[in-house]
Amino acid sequence: MSSEQVNKQTPASNDKPIIEIIKMHKWYDDFHVLKDINLEVRHKEKIVVCGPSGSGKSTMIRCINRLEEHQRGKIIVNGIELTRDLKDIERVRTEVGMVFQHFNLFPHLTILENLTVGPIWVRKTPKKEAEELAMHYLEIVRIPEQANKYPGQISGGQQQRVAIARSLCMKPKIMLFDEPTSALDPEMIKEVLDVMVDLAQEGMTMIVVSHEMGFAKTVADRVIFMDFGEIVEENNPHEFFDNPQHERTQLFLSQIL
Amino acid sequence: MSTTIEEIKPPATNVGVIGWIRQNLFNGLFSSIATIVILAGLIRVVPQFIQWAFIDSVWFTSGQECHEATGACWSVITQNIRFNIFGYYPYEEQWRPLIAMIILIGMLIYSRDWNKWNKRLGYIWLFALFVMGLLMKGGLLGLVSVESTKWSGLPLTLLLSFFGILASYPLGVVLALGRQSNMPIIKSLCVVYIEMIRGVPLITMLFMSSVMFPLFLPEGVTIDKVLRAQAAIILFTAAYIAEVVRGGLQAMDKGQYEAAESLGLNYFQMMRLIILPQALKIVIPPTVGILISAFKDTSLVVIIALYDILNTTKSILTEPEWTGFSTEAYIFVAMIYYVCCFSMSQYSRKIEKELEYKSNTPQSS
Repeated sequence: MSSEQVNKQTPASNDKPIIEIIKMHKWYDDFHVLKDINLEVRHKEKIVVCGPSGSGKSTMIRCINRLEEHQRGKIIVNGIELTRDLKDIERVRTEVGMVFQHFNLFPHLTILENLTVGPIWVRKTPKKEAEELAMHYLEIVRIPEQANKYPGQISGGQQQRVAIARSLCMKPKIMLFDEPTSALDPEMIKEVLDVMVDLAQEGMTMIVVSHEMGFAKTVADRVIFMDFGEIVEENNPHEFFDNPQHERTQLFLSQIL
Repeated sequence: MSTTIEEIKPPATNVGVIGWIRQNLFNGLFSSIATIVILAGLIRVVPQFIQWAFIDSVWFTSGQECHEATGACWSVITQNIRFNIFGYYPYEEQWRPLIAMIILIGMLIYSRDWNKWNKRLGYIWLFALFVMGLLMKGGLLGLVSVESTKWSGLPLTLLLSFFGILASYPLGVVLALGRQSNMPIIKSLCVVYIEMIRGVPLITMLFMSSVMFPLFLPEGVTIDKVLRAQAAIILFTAAYIAEVVRGGLQAMDKGQYEAAESLGLNYFQMMRLIILPQALKIVIPPTVGILISAFKDTSLVVIIALYDILNTTKSILTEPEWTGFSTEAYIFVAMIYYVCCFSMSQYSRKIEKELEYKSNTPQSS
């Protein structure tokens, strides 16, 4: 199946892929969580990953910024291969933003400080400049007025938007989203998705683990379906939803749509 | 005029003095009995104590007159106050430790608001410590040199506690981080250190520092006895701090580490900026408990013949003139310990409150 995927993508663009995952495996002790994952992501491409819980989709994107270690195969991000080399890992993380299911804002810092900590300490941006940058991205996620509050004082939807802005402040080349809306109350999901759609339209390279099929249909270039640690099917959203090839995909889609 | 709902007052039995007494002292059979028993006990004890401590007491007499009085003999303190506080420090030079202590306490009070902590305050502290050291040790600027073996009483207690707390806290944090480390050698070193230290009593450590340690030094090399006791206290306290801090680190949500890492922060930045500020805050109450114990445990240096304030008190009581007045003398020392420990406890609560307010104010918009 892997050779098929490569063939299918090659004509789409001649750029070197910004993320390459080649024959990647991962185990938790004896449990084989990821099996022979092959994936190429091009610059500005938007990919939505879906699949039942426990299928390894979060683990896969967490491997891309080395929050999880893979045991076999290769992951190359922005030209850097992920190995045990800490410097390389830090370099990759600087270029890859990540948004978590539970926001993971720093509760002891104000919103503004949450946003400036990365630029100031990793990018060595002067404080004043970092604050201007932070305010710029708070405008983009539409909550500049919350800058001096603490994360505990704002709603979940606002917190998730702050988390997106925090990643953007690092000016990443790639954004990973790990179920960004699944911990949110229904009325807050839209405000977060709107921000993500804006971001997609700006041309950000995005990998989104999500069950928001509406979002997948609007912004995704490709939808990937995972089950039992494997990539079962990948296709453009139109084909994926209207004409799923694989039995397991059909079953999954019938359950969530 | 009809009363609206807002104007209805709570029933009289629930408010005011009577309401309070009912609710808090006579709320049911058990609490009524408890109240009466405690009251009866207080009535028996308190007037007697007041009679002894204040009415029949003598304050500025000789030990002879004390033996004739029926009440408390506070003279044991007033007549020996300088020896009690300064011990064997040369009599004419005792103004020096006095000023050193005033500087120390003044500096602590001045620095209590941590929003004022900055580089400048750091330099002021360095200067203050230098002045205190100069005052205690002398040998410069026309001050007579006083060997550290003569340092005793309250200055010694404060010295051992202050540096004990100051050095053991960061050392404990480093040990806790080491114990969590992925590097096996560092990790096992920290585990062995922590478990070994926690496996022996402080007295043993003090003995080892004063008796055994010099045996390992080359001939002619000596290390100050106070310094050795100080080191033992620091090493001992740090092991306990380390375990408490480890608890705080374990209480941290894994997501905090992941968020910090995914921003590209390196290990030290992550710990310093994200993890430790939160983890150390969680463990303020047990940490202060350990620091207070450390303060009180400095009194164990009596075992290696250092004269801290408890030991100077004891030596006063061995003089024939003052034997038999241990109650009074120990009450005095207890008060000094109490004031110090209570201040530490209050200060920690102040810090906790400030941090609490910072991160958990209810939403207001």
